[in-house]
Amino acid sequence: MDVILFLIFAIIAVVCGINVVVQTHPISSALSLIGVMGSLAVLYLLLGAEFIAMTQVIVYAGAVMVLFIFVIMLLNAGTEAKRGRSFVAQLLGMPLLVAFLALVSYFIQRLFPATTLVQFGAFKSGTAQNIGRALFTQYLLPFEVTSILILIAIVGAIVLARKELE
Amino acid sequence: MNGVPLTWYLILSAVLFSLGIAGFLFRKNIITVFMSIELMLNAVNLSFVAFSYQLKQVNGHIFAFFVMVVAAAEATVGLAIILTVFKNRATLNIDEVNSMKN
Repeated sequence: MDVILFLIFAIIAVVCGINVVVQTHPISSALSLIGVMGSLAVLYLLLGAEFIAMTQVIVYAGAVMVLFIFVIMLLNAGTEAKRGRSFVAQLLGMPLLVAFLALVSYFIQRLFPATTLVQFGAFKSGTAQNIGRALFTQYLLPFEVTSILILIAIVGAIVLARKELE
Repeated sequence: MNGVPLTWYLILSAVLFSLGIAGFLFRKNIITVFMSIELMLNAVNLSFVAFSYQLKQVNGHIFAFFVMVVAAAEATVGLAIILTVFKNRATLNIDEVNSMKN
């Protein structure tokens, strides 16, 4: 059952991920990215991370992607113009990427022998209670610094996107 | 009933990260490039949560949470920059935004 669920949502994630890169219209890319994020949320649930799965759906698929789609529609972004890439990039891009992926997979296989099996329900510490306890004791200072970061981001976004007052 | 090997999760994460790199390098639309960055951040989050499962600790979840917060902040500022670039130059093609090049 675990294997079937993992395979279904992993395939959905990979197909949607390929779609993000291949589609020429930004709206199609954005919708595919929402598919990736949704299937990743299910995979987080399989890994026992309930809280992260919920924040994935709410923050990423809910807030960030809505912001992306707002901007795409506001700018009326159309289909991407086909431009010729440089010859070297066309020739070497894909093989180098596949080589990178093969190398990373090889090292993952070597570093982590397949003894750790992920079973649904074996790790129960990912609840909001446990996350909150760690966040407000051990990670209190990073949490507070994060709030300042968000404040800076809000001010920066407003300053960048406002209309110039004469 | 046996589970899924942890390496499968890590390899899925690597695949998604490579797709993000491909989008970042090959695409010309500035918004799609930005979405590829989000894809890479998601892939890294999957690794964090998988390692958290392996170590039976909640710390990886906290890191994934912080990555999400930083990604949200980055998305707001980046999209504001895209709006400003479009207002000034009326283009979304990254090849035409090259005033620092020459």
